[in-house]
Amino acid sequence: MNTEPIIWLTIFVLAIFVGVEVISKVSSTLHTPLMSGANAIHGVILIGAILVAGTAQSTPILVLGLVAVILASINMVGGFVVTDRMLIMFSRPRRALEKQSRRELDQ
Amino acid sequence: VTPAWAQLGYLAAAVCFIVALKGLSSPKTARRGNLIGAAGALLACVIVFLVSDLNHLLPILAAIAAGMAIGVLGAYRVQMTQMPQLVALFNGVGGGAAAIVAIIELTDLGPGSAPVFDLIATAFTIVVGSVSFAGSVVTFLKLQELMTTRPVVFRGYPIVYGLGLLAAVGLSVGLVLAPSMLFALLLAAIGAALGVLLVLPVGGADVPIVISLLNAFTGLTVAASGYLLDNILLLVAGTLVGSAGTLLTRLMASAMGRSLINILFGALKGGSTLGATTVSDRPVKSAGPADVAILLAYAQRVIIVPGYGLAVAQAQHTLRQLVDLLIERGVQVDYAIHPVAGRMPGHMNVLLAEAQVPYEQLKEMDEIDPEFKQADVALVVGANDVVNPAAETTPGAPIYGMPILHANQARQVVFMKRSMRPGFAGIENELLYEPTTMLLFGDAKDSMGKLLAELKALTV
Repeated sequence: MNTEPIIWLTIFVLAIFVGVEVISKVSSTLHTPLMSGANAIHGVILIGAILVAGTAQSTPILVLGLVAVILASINMVGGFVVTDRMLIMFSRPRRALEKQSRRELDQ
Repeated sequence: VTPAWAQLGYLAAAVCFIVALKGLSSPKTARRGNLIGAAGALLACVIVFLVSDLNHLLPILAAIAAGMAIGVLGAYRVQMTQMPQLVALFNGVGGGAAAIVAIIELTDLGPGSAPVFDLIATAFTIVVGSVSFAGSVVTFLKLQELMTTRPVVFRGYPIVYGLGLLAAVGLSVGLVLAPSMLFALLLAAIGAALGVLLVLPVGGADVPIVISLLNAFTGLTVAASGYLLDNILLLVAGTLVGSAGTLLTRLMASAMGRSLINILFGALKGGSTLGATTVSDRPVKSAGPADVAILLAYAQRVIIVPGYGLAVAQAQHTLRQLVDLLIERGVQVDYAIHPVAGRMPGHMNVLLAEAQVPYEQLKEMDEIDPEFKQADVALVVGANDVVNPAAETTPGAPIYGMPILHANQARQVVFMKRSMRPGFAGIENELLYEPTTMLLFGDAKDSMGKLLAELKALTV
């Protein structure tokens, strides 16, 4: 199936470094939303679930595949939505703050 | 073979995920980052439908709709106080999905013909996916307090755990040499058992770190299943989450001053059974709302240490009114936010932001901790472990080594507590018995209301 495992290994190793690099400067305030957002991203396993369910040859396999599809979409959709809910709360006080500073500028 | 345009689409989705993680690590770009991640995920799903020759379209779409409904409902219904366990559940089902995908792939590989690397990836995905699933369920039970939050260890735990690991390795080798469904299902069962065993000895206060670790595990299983399915996007996305999640786990652990090894296996060394399961009956100084109101009203500097109990009692709004009133009187008031206040790092910020507490009143630990010396009153509301001096004085306590807020250095400490029950870590707090400490017993919302009324009476 995979004739070039080395290429896959290369992509794997490079992606490790990218993953470490992009979040290396996160403040502890954002640990929770970041964890939740990363959690949503691995919900792309939904693609895998769709692929195996869509090529299922027998009913038991199809049922199992559909279970995987349900679980993966809970992970992906729920993950992104709950992260957004958290982050809205972070941005709300800031907007209030901006309004306040604008008011101060007006005075 | 996947056509080039689809490959490019997957590349675009992978870039979206990288940008999303980058965005999530800064407050200004966090929300946009998350939405970009969601867009990438949507793009990937659209591509997979367009490009693959799929049967059973209707049942698949129905299953996606069902999963979406459950996910959205869960995400909107959940109280912000319960959010860590929801994230744990979402993570767990992701791990479960990856394990199922790998099991199904095994039936497609067929006997004898499958490449070794594919079989190794299959075994890995099944084991680690099951660990993640079962481990997440146990973290959920602990955080929801459906089971004890104290570390659970039993005699012979290391032997059982070692045997479990050996069995997992043995079965994996078996699966690679002679692929069969029996081995796959046994592997899933062993993985689930290992997941339960991994989380049991972890104390309640450390559970969030484990969620982050399991999150990284799920990422790696997704990466492995990408290899299995010949899908580069799954490989990249899974690896990103795996490596970022591992780093995040370490960052969280160091914010608590703990090492990961200590969190996972500290309870096995014994010692963490230290601390009271029973409440001692030493005398404490309790006070009424009127006393505390006077104390606060004539203070110059007040530092509030909010904890999970505040959020559970939904007293944050009343607290904000109290603080507003104090500031009107000229008292300097700040909130001291311990990195792990609430249930996990950053959780308290989310909870207070929900109550619309101005961002600039929230001070991080490093900034505020030296100021307790100048504070007249430290008002500890529904917090306990984060001000417990045992973290510095009692080696062997489950929280030993965690940095704490030195509320004990304030001239006067006021605890608002429901009862003498110990905090989430399950150990007694010496600070409660200090001569400078006063206790205001009662439900946080109730007491806070009375306190506010007394303060208003003083102000008029």
